[in-house]
Amino acid sequence: MKTLTAAKVSLRNIALIGNPNSGKTTLFNQLTGLRQKVANYPGVTVEKKEGRISFADGSEAVLLDLPGTYSLTANSFDEKLATDILFGRAPHSRAPELVVCVVDASNLERNLYLASQIIDRQLPVVLALNMMDIAAEAGIEIDVRSLERELGVKVVPTIASKGIGLVELKRAIAITHNASGKSQQWRLPEVVEKEFEELIALLQEHHQLSAPIAFHEAVTLLSSHNGLGDQKDRYSPELLEHVKKDHLRLDFLGIDRQSIFVESRYEWIKNVCTHAVTQVSSTEITVSDRIDRILTHKILGYVIFFALMAVMFQTIFTWAGVPMRLIGDGFDWIGQHVTRIMPRGDLQNLIVNGGLAGVAAVVTFLPQILFLFLFLGLLEDTGYMARAAFIMDRLMSKVGLNGKSFIPLLGSFACAIPGIMATRTIENPKDRLVTMLVAPLMSCSARLPVYTLLIAAFIPNTTVLGVFSLAGITLLSMNLLGLTAALGMAWIFRKTLLRGSPPIFIMELPPYKMPSLQSMIIQMWERSRLFLKRAGTIILGVSIVLWFLATYPRLENASPSEQLKQSFAGRVGHLIEPLIHPLGFDWKIGIGLVGSLLQREVFVSTMGTIYNIQNASDADGSVSLQQQLQRDKDPVTGIPTFTVLTALCVMIYYVFAMQCMSTVAVMRRETNGWKWPLFQFGYMTALAYSATFIAYRVGLLLGMGA
Amino acid sequence: MTETSLSMLLPGECGTVERINTAASNVRQRLLEMGMIRGTPVEIIRFAPLGDPIEVRLKGYRLSLRRAEAEAVIVWREIK
Repeated sequence: MKTLTAAKVSLRNIALIGNPNSGKTTLFNQLTGLRQKVANYPGVTVEKKEGRISFADGSEAVLLDLPGTYSLTANSFDEKLATDILFGRAPHSRAPELVVCVVDASNLERNLYLASQIIDRQLPVVLALNMMDIAAEAGIEIDVRSLERELGVKVVPTIASKGIGLVELKRAIAITHNASGKSQQWRLPEVVEKEFEELIALLQEHHQLSAPIAFHEAVTLLSSHNGLGDQKDRYSPELLEHVKKDHLRLDFLGIDRQSIFVESRYEWIKNVCTHAVTQVSSTEITVSDRIDRILTHKILGYVIFFALMAVMFQTIFTWAGVPMRLIGDGFDWIGQHVTRIMPRGDLQNLIVNGGLAGVAAVVTFLPQILFLFLFLGLLEDTGYMARAAFIMDRLMSKVGLNGKSFIPLLGSFACAIPGIMATRTIENPKDRLVTMLVAPLMSCSARLPVYTLLIAAFIPNTTVLGVFSLAGITLLSMNLLGLTAALGMAWIFRKTLLRGSPPIFIMELPPYKMPSLQSMIIQMWERSRLFLKRAGTIILGVSIVLWFLATYPRLENASPSEQLKQSFAGRVGHLIEPLIHPLGFDWKIGIGLVGSLLQREVFVSTMGTIYNIQNASDADGSVSLQQQLQRDKDPVTGIPTFTVLTALCVMIYYVFAMQCMSTVAVMRRETNGWKWPLFQFGYMTALAYSATFIAYRVGLLLGMGA
Repeated sequence: MTETSLSMLLPGECGTVERINTAASNVRQRLLEMGMIRGTPVEIIRFAPLGDPIEVRLKGYRLSLRRAEAEAVIVWREIK
């Protein structure tokens, strides 16, 4: 027991770093399995992925997955974060005791650029030479021993996607405790080297920096373009004066300060590769090339892109049907049992019609959300996402965004929160802000329950063009409407509030690869856990509060619908009815809109609760929410509450409206203030109201009101 | 060999990087770090369907960049 507690205190802190597309995430999953947790770094909304790694002797260590990065120069938010953690500068985190640097063996030269920066950091390093299989296919032979000798660090060949080399990698991690001692193996031209060493000494002396940090800072200071940007506040005026003189002297000698450091490093890497790498054969046309010829083809490229999107939404709709029905039946079964076991009364009513009905209405949509994440994960892992950005960039540039913004936007189809967080890879702050502002217009998975409930209830189940169902097409249209709005608003913001130079778009196109099943499963598991957690907490809470508001005050001898009308919730609904009447919404939809301000899927649970209470006299409870919506009529006029037009209008409202407090919170943290989230909430609600109003009026003119 | 910018090359053509000629320091840094340094051979693979961005091969991997960015990359065009 004693050793256990001792081990807990002294758990080693290991950081995993590597280029994007180097298989870093797959390796992380392989090393930690399901024992990982995703949290946020304090102060910034950046996902911090940590896991436990256990060694052959039973000891453990904490493995921290740093964001994928090409260098430690801190061009983007992600790179800055990775650098800060590595140098122990991030708030509330200490520098790692060991770094596992993942490099793509099939793309060694460029990957070694980051590795060389890591080695200069002078921490113990283990290099995972990953994707050895792809390198072999490309005819690249690497002499591991020779590479070790040249780099001065332990090198372990791995194929993370197949779990090969993990045991050796763990063993290497367990026994590596010391830095290699070799640093700056690359050489600068003499005149630069002299200034460089002088500056390092000054930094150590004046600012008490450790050798590796002074080294890193000296590179940054000497290669900085002009001015010194944000470096200004960090250093004493004397030091900055010295740097300025260095700049003048080197510029006078005609030395390109920015490129000299990069070139010297690459020069050394080239030398390393000459010793360790042999290009045995080179196939001119790779499989990736053949695939690319089709997927980035002038016409086929777009046909395939839109077909993929269509198939994605269609299958989400159809494939998820069976498990959804099963879950729904399961909850009905539980409800019936609870009804039988418990005595009649308010408590039974609360559990069955309040909590259970609300939670069931939302949990039923879990299969759809899983399918959505499965598709997005596949697009990302196969490498198609980068191609989508490649073919869409031109269109995105028309609205002042770039292909890189396209990925966060596509990701926002799942949820705007990871979407907004994915904007961190965008270097320019204005581009990033525009992307964040429009990201929640993409139809996220929380809207899916709203859309699918209404589509299933009101859109005729007919087939169009022989293959596509009208339901699938309606769902696709809602998604396209959101996409169009996002692009349109981005264009407007670019022209008005956030003018600026066109964004940069320098993006790697990784070779296509087979996605890893394990990564898919881990991601789906994570997402479903988060979704169920929300269902079990927020949604359950809201459902219970709503049940209370919709049940009290109690009236004597009132019919269930009269009772609902006179309840607190009914009164709120009636209060806002004049406001939403022009949109064709009645007071019951009003309750749904207010209730779902917190998050969109609450609309479905709200409808579930309200209709269960209203139709409590039907008793058997087996009538689905869809059918209840179809049957609902105004007791006085006999006009149905929902028509096809109302259903469409509700969906359109949800396409645009910012009904998600989590997104507001994330925006606040990412933009460091209330200004942008409030602006976003305001413009989206205004957009939702006007679009729905227009849709309703046009629909009435077209005679869809009946 | 003639000096030109990367954006002037057609798919299938090769060039050798001479320098990066742009005032935008962040674009320059990124291009350099991605391996666009003096003496590096670059091949144009294809243009995106709408003509922009372009896909190039260097140091054994594929990179896409916009025409505006490729304009800043001064290369020696290889004559076939």
